[in-house]
Amino acid sequence: MSVPFYVSPEQIMRDKADFARKGIARGRSVVVMQYDAGIVFVAENPSRALHKIGELYDRIGFAAVGKYNEFESLRVAGVRLADLRGYSYDRSDVTGRSLANAYAQTLGTIFTETPKPFEVEIVVAEVGHTSADDQLYRLMFDGSVADERGYVAMGGSAEPIGTGLLEGWQEGLDLGACIRLAVGLMGEHGDERPRTLTEAQLEVAILERSRPRRTFRRLVNGELGVMLAH
Amino acid sequence: MTATPGLPGAFRAAGSASFVDFLAALHPDRLPMPSEPAGGLAPHGTTIVALRTDGGAVMAGDRRATMGNLIAQNDIEKVFAADDHSLIGIAGTAGLAVELVRLYQVELEHYEKIEGLPLSLDGKANRLATMLRGNLGMAMQGLAVVPLLAGYDEARDAGRIFSYDVTGGRYEEHDFYAVGSGSVFARGSLKKLFRRGAGTDEGIRAALEALYDAADDDSATGGPDMARGIYPVVATVGSAGVRILDDEELEPRVRAMVEARMARPDGPSASDAGGGS
Repeated sequence: MSVPFYVSPEQIMRDKADFARKGIARGRSVVVMQYDAGIVFVAENPSRALHKIGELYDRIGFAAVGKYNEFESLRVAGVRLADLRGYSYDRSDVTGRSLANAYAQTLGTIFTETPKPFEVEIVVAEVGHTSADDQLYRLMFDGSVADERGYVAMGGSAEPIGTGLLEGWQEGLDLGACIRLAVGLMGEHGDERPRTLTEAQLEVAILERSRPRRTFRRLVNGELGVMLAH
Repeated sequence: MTATPGLPGAFRAAGSASFVDFLAALHPDRLPMPSEPAGGLAPHGTTIVALRTDGGAVMAGDRRATMGNLIAQNDIEKVFAADDHSLIGIAGTAGLAVELVRLYQVELEHYEKIEGLPLSLDGKANRLATMLRGNLGMAMQGLAVVPLLAGYDEARDAGRIFSYDVTGGRYEEHDFYAVGSGSVFARGSLKKLFRRGAGTDEGIRAALEALYDAADDDSATGGPDMARGIYPVVATVGSAGVRILDDEELEPRVRAMVEARMARPDGPSASDAGGGS
């Protein structure tokens, strides 16, 4: 009869984290950032059907990298939580903070209690009534949350893109400038050699601060092409 | 709502994109159809009219809610945007009706967010029928809700109107329709004023005239209240989406109609047939 090897808890956690990190690093990047009139989500995603960016509620958006089926189930759960809370109380009672909390608890539980952690990293972004009220929550595969200011980069080349954003991003940039900055950095770092990303390879959506009620909108029908061409 | 920190299993389970089904499974008590009989009188909403126009539809509702022979409210709103491309108007027990609309709005939005695409207009109409059927028990006890749905059908590039009965029966109306206590008079009026292919302005005029005629003969329907500035709620829907007219837009239209009625209280005559100009 074989005796199983003893593996220390530290080792188990390290292995799980390495596993999740590798899964996330295989994917294309997503950038979420503030622009002068809201929040913009930019993802490199050639698929028209499998979205990496989604609407959670009136002023709250979702972006993810990693394994599609895993983050899709989280997105659907978030929509359900938001709609249930908004219907039970009031639309103004649905907040990005509570959604980020729910995601953190869920990811944390999955990371510690299941053999295979989720290979995902997500951002919950809430557009406020002024740019100072905007909130960007970045959630890791193990349930840890970071409250970010300005911008977030996730996925395969998150680090070099983050460095690029640190230099290039500043408060008050307009939408076109933000998209060009993000797309430029993604093209520079996403592959072995720099390339130019076109409209067909991108998924872009915004939370528009001044819109009443539902602020989430995808950039479609050539809108994105116009912004990229500048 | 319990303060569960994480997302419970029900939230993450694979399932349909219906919020109503989800709510019924998780919190049936929060559905607008109460499980215990509600006694006593509840405010009652009255007349809603809708008609098709060229490339869309117009819906309008008076502002009165009644409780027996009393006026419970003189500025209630009974016409709502169900989503970007459909309108819902409600007659019947006001409390249940308004809650039904709220749930219906979440239902459409929920589907759109989860599936990434809005429901087809037929899908929206069928979904409303199912929700209504769930209220049948209440309707049998006298707390009926009768909605009217008007929307823009992208596939046909046209407005369409659906009426319902309390059992959830769904019927497509091809020109115009009215529901509520004053509907008989409104429908009679629309029969004379409606013209196929009419533009939005003509449609709005016909809807206002029809509501005026309903208020003329039905005590539960309120006419325009010029003194208080309370006008019917008028909304249009077309390829550009839903638009609910604000008071500044409505005031001159209502005033013109009321002035014309000063000269001719029964409304446009046969000599100006073709749409109440």
